[in-house]
Amino acid sequence: MIHPSHFAAVVLFALFASIVFGITQRETPQRMIRYGAYCFALFVGSAIVLSWVMFLIAR
Amino acid sequence: MATASTRNSAPSNAQRGFVYLPLIAGWLVPGLGHFLLQKWIRGALLTISIVGMFALGLAMKGKIYGGAQDILDMLGMAGDLGNGLLFLAARAFGWGAEHIQVTTADYGTKFIVVAGLLNVIAAVDAHNLRTGRKPL
Repeated sequence: MIHPSHFAAVVLFALFASIVFGITQRETPQRMIRYGAYCFALFVGSAIVLSWVMFLIAR
Repeated sequence: MATASTRNSAPSNAQRGFVYLPLIAGWLVPGLGHFLLQKWIRGALLTISIVGMFALGLAMKGKIYGGAQDILDMLGMAGDLGNGLLFLAARAFGWGAEHIQVTTADYGTKFIVVAGLLNVIAAVDAHNLRTGRKPL
């Protein structure tokens, strides 16, 4: 059994989901890579921003 | 107005045989729909992503939904069913946890459900490639 940290779980989730989104939502390999990277950045970036928002609200 | 090139592009993807084969094969085995269309790299990446996500979910002691007692269980099971043969194997061999007891098991349960939903997207993509709705 593995126990990833919350952030590691977010990164793994974002990586796999972004690969599938990139392949399925765009038509050319170059656009697939760009869209996959865009989705990955949005997944991880939004998780970091929301984490800081929750941290500041909880103070 | 369609030009000669656009008129010819859709039928060029169409091949003989059962048109729903990539859709069904892609649902049963992640990536197989793309392999049937000779999209080897895309198929391999989809297989690694979906099977990897499913395996990580199991490794985190995620729950495999087996019955539907309430609406959330029904939705979870609908997501799990998207994994195709992986879901059936998990049910047959008793993989996954019966109950969620630790935080990482909750993550794992979501990983398994989302792997199933991503597999449905991948299978539909293979169908679109097969029918010519998406260019090969």
